[in-house]
This record gives sequence, C-alpha cells and structure tokens, in this order.
Amino acid sequence: MNTVDLAATGVRELNRRLRHASDDPSALSWLVTNPKGAHAIAAGLTHPVRIQIDGHVGYYCAGMNQAAAVTIDGHCGTGVAENIMSGLVRVRGNASQSAGASGHGGLLVIEGNAGPRCGISMKGVDIVVGGKAGHMSGFMAQSGNLVVCGDAGHDLGDSVYEAVIYVGGSPASLGADCVEKDMTPKHRSRLRGLLSRAGIEIDPERFRRFGSARKLYHFHVDHADAY
Amino acid sequence: MGAVDSGRLRPSHTFPAHVLAEIHRAADEGVYEIRGFGTKRPLPGFDDLVFLGASMSRYPLEGYRERCDTGVMLGTRFASKPVHLKIPITIAGMSFGALGANAKEAIGRACTAMGTSSTTGDGGMTEEERQSSETLVYQVLPSRYGMNPDDLRRSDAIEIVVGQGAKPGGGGVLLGQKITERVARMRDLPEGIDQRSACRHPDWTGPDDLAIKIQELREITGWEKPIYVKIGASRPTYDAALAVKAGADVIVLDGMQGGTAATQDVFIENVGIPTLPALRQAVEALQALDVHREVQLIVSGGIRSGADVAKALALGADAVSIGSAAMVALGCNKAVYVEDYQAIGTEPGYCHHCHTGRCPVGVTTQDPELEARLRPEQGARWLRNYLTAMVLELQTIARANGKSHVLNLEPEDLAALTVEAAAMAGIPLAGTDWIPGRG
Repeated sequence: MNTVDLAATGVRELNRRLRHASDDPSALSWLVTNPKGAHAIAAGLTHPVRIQIDGHVGYYCAGMNQAAAVTIDGHCGTGVAENIMSGLVRVRGNASQSAGASGHGGLLVIEGNAGPRCGISMKGVDIVVGGKAGHMSGFMAQSGNLVVCGDAGHDLGDSVYEAVIYVGGSPASLGADCVEKDMTPKHRSRLRGLLSRAGIEIDPERFRRFGSARKLYHFHVDHADAY
Repeated sequence: MGAVDSGRLRPSHTFPAHVLAEIHRAADEGVYEIRGFGTKRPLPGFDDLVFLGASMSRYPLEGYRERCDTGVMLGTRFASKPVHLKIPITIAGMSFGALGANAKEAIGRACTAMGTSSTTGDGGMTEEERQSSETLVYQVLPSRYGMNPDDLRRSDAIEIVVGQGAKPGGGGVLLGQKITERVARMRDLPEGIDQRSACRHPDWTGPDDLAIKIQELREITGWEKPIYVKIGASRPTYDAALAVKAGADVIVLDGMQGGTAATQDVFIENVGIPTLPALRQAVEALQALDVHREVQLIVSGGIRSGADVAKALALGADAVSIGSAAMVALGCNKAVYVEDYQAIGTEPGYCHHCHTGRCPVGVTTQDPELEARLRPEQGARWLRNYLTAMVLELQTIARANGKSHVLNLEPEDLAALTVEAAAMAGIPLAGTDWIPGRG
C-alpha cells in the first residue's frame, strides 16, 4: 500500500504518480489521506489500480475514470466520476450534483444520497444510489442504468433517451417524456444484478421502472408544450 | 382577365416575400424553421473597414521580397506544449454528423499541409480526422457526445465550448435524417431520432466551476495541452474576462455571423452581436487585465478573405477561425448538381439546407452517394488553395501597411466607412478622428 498525504503532497503530484502507477507493479494499491475537499483527485486514471481516499473530496474526483477502483470514504463535491468510462467508483457518503455526469461505462456507487442531476447525460454507465437522488436526475440520460434506492426529486428522467431508471421509493414528479414502465422479470433480474454489484442489500420487489415515452424523438406540433 | 399593371404591385417592406413565405410555412407545420449556415440579414462587418496603407509617414514592405511572417503560438499561458501554427487561420469545430467523414478528412489534410489546426465537434473525434490532422483541437461540449479521455489525451489542444455565435445560449440540433448508424453509435443514441445537444454543460455552471473544470482537464492531460474557451458573442467584455479568470490559455470568440449545421432561424438571426463589436470588446477586456497576447484570442464569424483576417488581427485578434468559408471552399453552394439543390427547395447560392442531410455537393451529408461527390484529396486541394490565397491577401495588406509580421497590424492602420462600424469597432470614421461614443 502506497500512502500519499495530501497535506504534504499536492493533487498534481498525486495524479502524476497515479498516472505512472502502471510502470510499477508494487504501485497497484494506494491510500490518500487529508483530501480536505481538494478537486480532481484521482482524475484521469487509466489502469486497474485500487485507491482509497480517507475523507471528503471536492469536484470531479475520479473524473473520466478508466479501469481503476476508487473508494471515497467521505462526501463528494460536484461531478464525482464524471464521464467515467470503466472501473468502479464508490462513495461511502453523499455526493453533490452531477454525479456520474455523461458517464460511458463502469459502475458508480453512492452509498448515501446524491444531489441534483445525478446521471445527467449518462451514456452507458451504471449508477446505484443507496439513498435519495435530487431533482432532474437522469436528465437527458442516454443509456445505462440509474438505480435510486430511496426517493427521487422533481423532474426525474426529464428528456430521457434509452437509459433505464429504477426507483425504490417515489419520484416527486417525472420530467418531460419520462413515464413509468412495466417491471418485467428481465428488468427485475437486471436490477438484482446491479444491486449485487453495488453491494447494497434491498428488496428488488419494491422498485419501479421509468424510461422514455419516446414522444420527443421527433418533433410533433402537438407535443410543443414539452419542448 | 387582363394583365396586371406591374407598377401597381407594391411589395410590403414589413412583409417581403420571404417573410410571407415563412409565415405560410409556420402555419402549415407549427414549428420554427431549422436551417444551417449563418445569418442572412445585413450586419455591420469587416467590409465596413478599410486599411489606410502606407504614406509619407509609413513606408511599405516590398511584396515578394521582404518577409512578412504569419506564424502564431497559441496556449503559452499555462500549457507545457503550446500549439504553433504557420498561419493565423484555423478551421472551426464542425462535427462528424454535421459534416461527412470525407469533408472532415479533407479539412484535416488541408490543415496539415498549411501548418494549421482543425477542430473536432459535437460527436467526438473520428479516426479519419485524427489521422489526417497534424494539429487537432478537441472540443468539450455540453452534450459530451463521444467524449473520451483517450481522445482528449491524443489531441493537441482542448476547446471547452461555452457558446457559439450562431446561437449563444442554445444547444445543437441534428435532425434524424443525418443520424446514421455510425453517428448514432458515436453519440450513444438511437438511429434516426432528432438529436438535441444540451445548451449547458452537465457538470459545471459559471466561471468558478469552469476554473475547476479546467483544472480537471489539465490533470487528466498532464498540464500539456492548451485549453481554449469558446464563447458566443453576447457579452464579450465580461465573458472574456471571466474566461481569463477561469484559467483559459486561449479565448475563441464566435460572432453572430458564425455558421451552424442546424439551428432555429429565429436564433441565428436574432441572438448575439456581430463579430466587429464583439472583437473590440474582448480585446479591451484582455487589455484591461494586462493579458492581451498572453491569453491569445481567436475570432470567428463571417471571415471570408485575407482582408477580413487582416482586419481581425489589426483589431487585436491573434488568429481567426473559419467554418462556413471552409465549407464553401469544399464546394458548398457551388453551381453543380443543380437539380439536387432544386429537389430540396433551393438553388446554388441560396442553400442553407445542411440540416437535411441532402447536401448536393457532399459536404454536410452522411448519404454515401452524396458524400462520394467530395473526394478527400480534391477537397483538401481546394481548401489548401483557398487558405493559401487568404494568406497571400493577408500578407499583401500587411506589407502595404509596413508590417513584417501580420500580428503587427494595429487599429491605427484602419478607418471605418460607416458610423455604425466606427462605433462598434472603435475605429475613426474615415476622414475624421471621430469615434462615436468617445467624444
């Protein structure tokens, strides 16, 4: 285990060392201490390293992650794991807005609550939120799965494309073109798998599924009030 | 019925033929007009300025004998690998999807031959443009379609797009007829649907957030790449200053005349300000912060000739960017395949039908048959020739004003032909020392 104390070493030096971790087989496991809300910690990783961050982080922690497994033992600022491509990012606490924004792949687990716009513009990532998710979550979500174990805020899934949204509690309201859909055995099975991967124990039977009504895919004058 | 006396047919200034036709169309379809290209209304522009040339107090350089350099460095503020361009004319971001792959490849080849840069667009980076472009600027757009950190790292510069001159405050549209299987795959969306691009970034709002976003992009790319911030011309005094504050290496300012592949006509014609006043305001903002030339300024929107480039540089830009003019060089609106223009309801010279995907000359289409009309080698030759001609024109003007480098052109080399241009550009009205608004 390599330890980096951010009270003594800056983020830039930490990220430089992490980028070069693949050159050193002994550098596959890292502990980062004293993050104290610093931004862009562990952003842009490209190799299957394991990183434990002890404390709260600022914006864009693990941004654009590829292959790495990053665990944040604290809360996160805006855009944790934004544009994640692969790997696993786990937040033990809460995450601020835009968690997993535009993520293309991999898995983002937020064990606490997520702020607004969780999964905005997501493009294939799977996101599991153990608690609640804020308003406009799943906005323009294109593909992938967004699982919210608690309640979801207003305008869930506004303008959603082909992403699938599962909610264990209740959405305050649905956004434009977002509708409730049947929870088929296939979807129940997928949800069970997502929860299992996330390590969150909750009964899949309580979830409802939401997705696109596909009425905004082509302009129609009679839907103008939704634009 | 007898013949109508044509002298009695008085057209309405308020309701000319194109306005009548648009009202009829809106009544039929119930939706705003979406189209490509840029503004069609008359606007104050570079044509309203002239150079003074040499005189008793300024002596010219000898054409074809004395050097007039054109090179420019971009991204010298923070990036460890700034971009060097041999000419101060770059190609603006145009997406694969809006353009076909052949057009993107032609642009890349021409830019490489000329020692300048091309730019990706919404939808990400294609292999063709990366392979054909020696210097490629990678756009980070609100939609994040095709956003890939590997492409970010293999780019030569990064351009965060906040806005676009044709539609400051608006997102993009790519209509279903242009969404082929490849375009859909690159954007992670179903084929054939009308794609809307977001107007705001998904993970930041405002300059304070942007500063952190820039920090993240620098971390991901090892602080090597110049980071541009592209703004549509709306409030350049503030936007340029805020981009500097956020840590931009380069500001790209796109005026109202800038083109688009598909946007609401009402947006194109009614939102934003022309390039001329926007350029002056941005330069003044940089000067006020004492970073003019340290933070480079690229200007786009209505650049068509070497004269336009010279005027933009004289007003304080470090380089210009062209989009529509580059497409025209590739054949846009050329009088060939006339029957295909007519099939989409237009004629050569009037076409703004990029949004249809039925581009008669193969530039803005994904249709294999139409796209084959633009061979990358031929397109690259046309664009290279056009850029060469522009550079020669630029050098001609610079030499006539006694400049050994095109960046030595300055406001005092200019005079304005109209009161409006004088006020907007901050250049004296020709024959006077009067700049409206300055006493």
